[in-house]
Amino acid sequence: MTTEQAAGPALDVRRRLYELMTLMKAADDRLSKGIASGELQCVYWPSRGQEAIAAAVGAVLRLDDQLVTTYRGLHDLIGKGVPLVEIYGEMLGRQVGSGRGKGGTMHIAHPDSGLMMSTGIVGAGPPVAVGLAMAARRKGLDRVTVASFGDGATNTGSFHEAANMAALWDLPLVLVCQNNQYAEMTPTGHTMKIAQVADRAAGYGMPGVRVDGNDPLAVVAALEEAVERARAGAGPTLLECVTFRFRGHYFGDPMKYIPTEQMDAAIAADPLPRFRSRLLDDGVCGARELDEIETAAVSAVDEALAAVLAAPAAALDELDRDVYADPRNCPA
Amino acid sequence: MTMREALNLALDQALERDERVFLIGEDIADPGASGPTAGLSSRYGTERVLDTPISEAAIVGAAIGAAMEGFRPVAEIMIMDFIGIAADQIINHAAKMRFMTGGRTTAPITVRTQIYGGLGTGATHSQSLEAWFMHIPGLKVIVPSTPRDGKGLLTSAIFDDDPCIFLETIRLQGQRGMVPVDPGFSIPLGQADVKRAGTDVTLISYGRGVVESLGAADALARQEISAEVLDLRTLVPLDTAAIIESVHRTTRAVVVHDAVQFAGPGAEIVAILQRELFDRLSAPVERVGARFVPNPAPPALESQVYPNSEKIIAAVHRTLRWKTTREGARG
Repeated sequence: MTTEQAAGPALDVRRRLYELMTLMKAADDRLSKGIASGELQCVYWPSRGQEAIAAAVGAVLRLDDQLVTTYRGLHDLIGKGVPLVEIYGEMLGRQVGSGRGKGGTMHIAHPDSGLMMSTGIVGAGPPVAVGLAMAARRKGLDRVTVASFGDGATNTGSFHEAANMAALWDLPLVLVCQNNQYAEMTPTGHTMKIAQVADRAAGYGMPGVRVDGNDPLAVVAALEEAVERARAGAGPTLLECVTFRFRGHYFGDPMKYIPTEQMDAAIAADPLPRFRSRLLDDGVCGARELDEIETAAVSAVDEALAAVLAAPAAALDELDRDVYADPRNCPA
Repeated sequence: MTMREALNLALDQALERDERVFLIGEDIADPGASGPTAGLSSRYGTERVLDTPISEAAIVGAAIGAAMEGFRPVAEIMIMDFIGIAADQIINHAAKMRFMTGGRTTAPITVRTQIYGGLGTGATHSQSLEAWFMHIPGLKVIVPSTPRDGKGLLTSAIFDDDPCIFLETIRLQGQRGMVPVDPGFSIPLGQADVKRAGTDVTLISYGRGVVESLGAADALARQEISAEVLDLRTLVPLDTAAIIESVHRTTRAVVVHDAVQFAGPGAEIVAILQRELFDRLSAPVERVGARFVPNPAPPALESQVYPNSEKIIAAVHRTLRWKTTREGARG
């Protein structure tokens, strides 16, 4: 007890990061296994490999802080605290899903957790995040909004418009780029002249920071600074976190475009075993404690999936709901 | 007052009445504003009447984000031809958000934009693109033709729980009419309005087409043809009952709009009429829309593209002639 207190919150954060990363990986593994075997029918854009960034976002943000993510969002959703049952439920089209099963994998929102939007359109999130940040300021709240997106998004006009606006108005926003080195099937080097996404920040008049996105502590440190800055009213930051996608663009992607050596190197840099070793080396947790965390993650995922599979499929009358506030507005 | 003043009054009263309302767009704050937002930033401040960079996607996206948090943003896209830049935010986000999240998040924004045309501005500053938005489940589409309707419908749009596309028409901004100044005045969305009663044919229109239809109805009256002018006012929701009721009485109809005729809003109205009144119609329903051509810049060419009274009158005569032909064939 005494030693834990002496170690302070840093220890708690490190353990929390590992818990989140483990849960993200377990959720991805179970889903992947189920889709591959034909047990589960759903579309999925896997986040395996990018867990350190999402865990850092989850650990640094407060519950009332907000996150806008993308279709590759399983890890982000878990990091922000969206219940697993609502995530799996939505992906598998069940009534227990966050949108009662009719939005699907790419469109999960859970405002109670601060997860405001997942978009299926590359680059579309940052403008909406600008609006959420404007709302926070107008309401006099000290909450921060994070927009999470990939390297590909930074080539869109939508991203540019939002980044310029956010900087212009010093909005409480952090732009977190999960640079997984591929925009769908095209390597980042083929889509931009500059070597670092973070360099774009200078063009908007905001700080640009690049970190190892496979090192959760590096992401936490950079993110804490950016969030602090945003919360203090000093404006947005572009935080580039360099990582890798292990399963390609979509689940089932044959990934012929990824050189074997690159994939081998990425797997060698897998953030999970790396962080586990570090926790052991630094004496933060013992092997048994880490094993327990991993077992607990698998159990939590199995439990959530069982609940989802026992739940009824999206009801047919959902077609008549939520097109408009009043269903009578739908044409006959 | 003019349409411009009526819209200004609606915005003014909405800003006055409800702190959640704010305006966001290009050149909407003083001293640069010259349209319906003129004077409002001086009154309510630049935090609530917010000039933006030329960034249509971010204007609408920001409005959506704020609307998700309970605000009632009114975004302005200066000219409708520019709305393509913001189309993803409108179509894939505002329109679908309520459905995709099972009502957990919603985007009750109003997007005001202006239909140019008739000013010699050419093909990229003149289009009536309302059919695009009618085609997207989740959006409401509103096109007023009079200052009174402009004020009443804009007030409803701002406080409506669904995303609304509110279309103003540059050539109607200076039109004058009586407008209730009562801040409580509004016109429910989805209610058409008979702008002129008649018995022989129904001219079904909205926006600037209503003005042309009223002109045609005057001329037709001198020929002892009684034309009813039905102003749809909102295209979604569409007042199908009013359309059917009017044409059931007159048995003939001409649909008039500035949008391109081919696959335009009129096609949907014709489909409704043939399905509901097939036995009742005295003639095929006619359409008078814009020609299928990018709008030309020279006024002499541009004037050929849009509906006008002459074209409407000719269409009405075709519906009247049809009756004689068919009865003759039967006899």
